[in-house]
Amino acid sequence: MAKSIVKALDGAQAVSNAMRQINPDVVAAYPITPQTAIVQNFSQYVADGVVDTEFVTVESEHGAMSACIGASAAGGRVMTATASAGLALMWEVVYVAASMRLPLVMSVVNRALSAPLNIHCDHSDSMGARDAGWIQIYAETAQEAYDNTLQAVRIAEHPDLLTPVMSMQDGFITGHGVERVEILDDAEAKKFVGTYKPKHSLLDVDNPATYGAWDFYDFYFEHKRQQTDALSRAMPIIVEVGEEYGRLTGRKYGIFDPYEMDDAEVAIVVLSSTAGTARTVVKALRQKGIKIGLIKPRVFRPFPARELVEALKGVKAVAVLDRSISFGAMEGAGPLFLELSAALYAYGNGRGPLAVDYIFGLGGRDVIPAYIEQVAQDLLHIAETGERGDLVRYLGLRE
Amino acid sequence: MAIKLKELAGKEERLVPGHRLCAGCAESIIIRQIVNAIEEPVVIATATGCLEVASSVYPWTSWRVPWIHSAFENASTTAAGAEAMYRSLVRQGKIEDKDIKFLAFGGDGATYDIGLQWISGTFERGHKVIYVCLNNEAYMNTGIQRSSATPLGASTTTSPAGKVIPGKTQWRKPLTRIMAAHDIPYVAQASPHRWRDLMEKARKAVEADGPAFINVISPCPRGWRHDSSMSVEVAKMAVETCYWPLYEVRNGTEWTLNYKPREKKPVADWLKMQGRFRHLFTPQFEHVVEELQAKVDEEWERLLTLCGE
Ligand SMILES: Cc1ncc(C[n+]2csc(CCOP(=O)(O)OP(=O)(O)O)c2C)c(N)n1
Ligand code: SF4
Ligand SMILES: [Mg+2]
Repeated sequence: MAKSIVKALDGAQAVSNAMRQINPDVVAAYPITPQTAIVQNFSQYVADGVVDTEFVTVESEHGAMSACIGASAAGGRVMTATASAGLALMWEVVYVAASMRLPLVMSVVNRALSAPLNIHCDHSDSMGARDAGWIQIYAETAQEAYDNTLQAVRIAEHPDLLTPVMSMQDGFITGHGVERVEILDDAEAKKFVGTYKPKHSLLDVDNPATYGAWDFYDFYFEHKRQQTDALSRAMPIIVEVGEEYGRLTGRKYGIFDPYEMDDAEVAIVVLSSTAGTARTVVKALRQKGIKIGLIKPRVFRPFPARELVEALKGVKAVAVLDRSISFGAMEGAGPLFLELSAALYAYGNGRGPLAVDYIFGLGGRDVIPAYIEQVAQDLLHIAETGERGDLVRYLGLRE
Repeated sequence: MAIKLKELAGKEERLVPGHRLCAGCAESIIIRQIVNAIEEPVVIATATGCLEVASSVYPWTSWRVPWIHSAFENASTTAAGAEAMYRSLVRQGKIEDKDIKFLAFGGDGATYDIGLQWISGTFERGHKVIYVCLNNEAYMNTGIQRSSATPLGASTTTSPAGKVIPGKTQWRKPLTRIMAAHDIPYVAQASPHRWRDLMEKARKAVEADGPAFINVISPCPRGWRHDSSMSVEVAKMAVETCYWPLYEVRNGTEWTLNYKPREKKPVADWLKMQGRFRHLFTPQFEHVVEELQAKVDEEWERLLTLCGE
């Protein structure tokens, strides 16, 4: 196993350390709470000469992504970071980056969207970008945020993929929470991410190419098909990179993390830091003999539909916990629930578990173990009676 | 610095024929003058607009140089990103320094309106990007809508001349001055009819070795409603009437007038060449011509003072 050192870091520091080791050729970023620390830490690395990066201190997030697009098309390694309104502001070019198949890595520190203004965690920002064509990976801890950042580079730049990766962690909860984080030895980290050799580059003036051409109806559709095909090919690549990382660090990464799922009769599915709280509750309930399990999806795009349906086989009732609302969707459900429901319908042979959705934690509302215990009680009731009850519920909300 | 026609004739074109700009469109004339004036390798970013849609229709391209389009407002920052990557890779010894020059082309919509912030940021950060505005004074690609470059009185599809309103009711944004106020090494106004001046300005922009901005008037037969054979004449008259003076500004302070008409023609001579101003030559709206003339005079006097003329 590779050498590493243990540090007490918050999630932002963990990601900045990964960025320091990756040493991107260009970083273009704009500060926004709770991502600001990443930009500040990285600026210090630049100021201290510990990275070779050309740091473009853009005037907005749209500018950040625009500069990233130009820089990435010019054939080097490029990273950025944002959150919330920043991601919303760059919307248009988030799509452009993916559609031009530029292997960028963007760290997103999840934060609610306005209005009302709120700086705390929920997943509205990155979930809103779920159809933009990026790979999306969610981290539970600062450690995972660090590990995912290193892996994201390898995934994005994989020659069969060339698709940008958004790497998420929960604002404040993970982003500002200090944890024990194992940081790979610099040389090992650099060896793992390797060097990027682009097939094409704007700077190849001897072989000029046109980037971002204009498609009519005679080609656009085929280009979109190529793009969606690439995302469909991503899963084995993500797994391969996660396994290689596991051999290096002892921390193997896959598509999702199952916990106590082998004989589970009811299950909770939740992304990011809340999975930690849920695991504690599941563990305690298991000690009482309750057959409950937990699935923490890591990869949301591409959505691991078949894999999740398979993992939920034999489960009678499942609760999805969503930290955002897909406004106007079926009963105002959240994106994770909608995706999972579609997957159960498509691949469940009509025998999937009864599924309910819990919207939680919007705008940073705290999630305490008692809420998860309530979810477990509800699930047991559904499993026992076979009656699903309300499709969409709310946790920790004053009605 | 001197540009020789003979040498130019032997040069390989960087924007090749076959593009889909309208007959008589000044945009291709301007681009060729600029990119052919530059000796060094170039990388070009282009904003959404006529030039972009006419020159990059997949699977064809009219560009023999590396070229990128990302969006409407961000050609400057796209070029700046590429330029930052170039500096980074050269500094790290990852690629050879080929003295590449970075250009961005945008219409007046992309430049005066939607992309102003991106350009301002690009200039403030000092990226070595030469930004060229192909100023046809409206959003032509989307069907002749007004922009903040559209002059008073011009009829466009969103400032149409009607029974009571004489076309656009505002003057135009003094964009070249705004760009000069960034105190960047080189800012200029140019016209395709004075090709040598324009080509020299392209070279000066390269030699300025920093952010540069060139605002070029670009007659559009479709939107300005003149015969497609008249584009260069219309550009010329814009300069002869002092509606579009040719000048340059170095470092925000050194103003130079590049051309002073022997006899300043009335702006009406220029307006009359274009259908977009036809309604102004009616008793109801003829006062607008006077207002336009007053605006042109005011700006011209101000420019003369700035240039120490
Ligand atoms: C964000 C955004 N808003 C609007 C448009 C629609 N649009 C495309 S080109 C254009 C006008 C272009 O005008 P200009 O920059 O003056 O270039 P021209 O076509 O006149 O040369 C507009 C409004 C767009 N592509 N993107
Ligand atoms: S509409 Fe005007 S600017 Fe556009 S291609 Fe035609 S002439 Fe040129
Ligand atoms: Mg225009």
